[in-house]
Amino acid sequence: MTPSTPKWLRGRTLIIGVPWLWLGLFFLLPFLFILKISLSEAALAQPPYLDLIREVSDGLMTIKLNFGNYLFLLEDPLYLQALWGSVKVATISTLLCLLLGYPMAYAIAKSPNHWRLPLLMLVILPFWTSFLIRVYAWIGILKNNGLLNQWLMSIGLIDTPLEIMHTPIAVYIGVVYSYLPFMVLPLYATLIRLDDTLLEAASDLGCKPWKQFMKITWPLSMPGVLAGAMLVFIPVMGEFVIPDLLGGPETLMIGKLMWTEFFSNKDWPLASALAAVLLCVLIIPFVLLRHYERRTEEVL
Amino acid sequence: MWRKMPLLMTALMFGYAFLYGPIASLIVYSFNENRLVTVWSGFSTKWYAELLQNDQILGAAWLSVKIASVNASLAVILGTLAALALVRYKRFKGRQVMETMVTAPLVMPEVIIGLSLLLLFVAMERVLGWPEGRGQLTITIAHVTFSMAYVAVVVQSRLAHMDQSLEEAALDLGAKPRKVFFAITLPLITPALVAGWLLAFTLSMDDLVVASFVSGPGATTLPMVVYSSVRLGVSPQINALATIIVVTVSIAVAVAGVLMYRKEKRGL
Repeated sequence: MTPSTPKWLRGRTLIIGVPWLWLGLFFLLPFLFILKISLSEAALAQPPYLDLIREVSDGLMTIKLNFGNYLFLLEDPLYLQALWGSVKVATISTLLCLLLGYPMAYAIAKSPNHWRLPLLMLVILPFWTSFLIRVYAWIGILKNNGLLNQWLMSIGLIDTPLEIMHTPIAVYIGVVYSYLPFMVLPLYATLIRLDDTLLEAASDLGCKPWKQFMKITWPLSMPGVLAGAMLVFIPVMGEFVIPDLLGGPETLMIGKLMWTEFFSNKDWPLASALAAVLLCVLIIPFVLLRHYERRTEEVL
Repeated sequence: MWRKMPLLMTALMFGYAFLYGPIASLIVYSFNENRLVTVWSGFSTKWYAELLQNDQILGAAWLSVKIASVNASLAVILGTLAALALVRYKRFKGRQVMETMVTAPLVMPEVIIGLSLLLLFVAMERVLGWPEGRGQLTITIAHVTFSMAYVAVVVQSRLAHMDQSLEEAALDLGAKPRKVFFAITLPLITPALVAGWLLAFTLSMDDLVVASFVSGPGATTLPMVVYSSVRLGVSPQINALATIIVVTVSIAVAVAGVLMYRKEKRGL
């Protein structure tokens, strides 16, 4: 577009300005509000917090920053436990997604040309149906008198029903199930671009298939692995619906706690402080992902 | 295939079984006569009949469809503009921030998006008096904010792979930039726009967490109704609803797939 760019000038301002304005107003600005509210005091009012800038007396305005919410998060072990619980669930489910998703993506990438799109569509299709309903389906399967236990008992593998519902295992199953497509897609995208001649050369030189995989395929698919890992890890950190529906009291996650603080305890400042902490924790992998993406974009 | 890599194919089949097993069980048990969802006692369609008389679910479904359509249309416009800005203009002030803002909603946990937007709406209402209360409007704004990111990604990749020589030729022949955009660029990226619209529509139909934060007492979307009834226990009506959703989506995807396949064949 280089030679004609100046002609687009009027359009240019519009094209850049409109989405910028929207995202700035409804995406960037709200984060500043989280910070602001997290520093204010809770109150029995509507909305349930006090302003940072208040008129104290004789028209004197003061800014009252309150770090109490953050200190409270540190004092009560519940919150650190929830943070740890989220990190644990997110890490383990990311690894499980990788373990299950990698062979799937690899098999699809290696299948004949006309098979690939339908096979890939089969991975995406569940994502288009309702997330909530797919999680709900697992309740009927994992319950004590659910389908899984009925089946295991009918083939005589167990005598008494297994307790899966309301345990961390149920949460892992639900999370891996819901986020698997997010792992398979980026993996497929990198694996399909893999140059087969490299593998042929390695095999001509006497390299065993397993070693070929470790030395060539795996390192070259790293961008996909990282992108997939982030797409699973970050949203799962804030996951609320799955632990609420499938998990029990032991599965403490920060998203669930935030929801409770906000809706049940009506403590908006504390919920905001929790959100701010979660944001800070998530910025690290997010920045790493962006950095990595930019680097691979440059390479391609 | 099977003979060449049996282990891989087993993994793939296991993956599909894992993805589709639960959905299949929902469909089968939606035709179960018994109120207890996991005890089979004969074929019946009575749960569908009950569902069609459930005004709460039908009303919520209609509201969700309305919000999702408006959302998808706005998200396509804004997302396309964002994609154009990022692909066509390599250098502008705030590009870095915009790039981050376009990617961030894809991974940002929904609780954070919901909470932050609610805080914004509450503050705006106090200072500006707008938006008055929360409901359809605030849910739509929130949905547009995160779904335009998905549209932007889809359109971005289409634009990046598009042959720009057609546009340049048109410009050389004296067409005005506006005309070039509507006569050439837009038709070329239409498949991405359609895909983006459908994606934004389903994202909005599916969203529970963000909508719960930014909705008011008057506006209850379908996922919110489903969620409250699911928390009370498994209900056969929800199985029927799930089956309807799955069947609708599958038909839509199949039709879109066939259309795209035909178009591609004609194009070649």
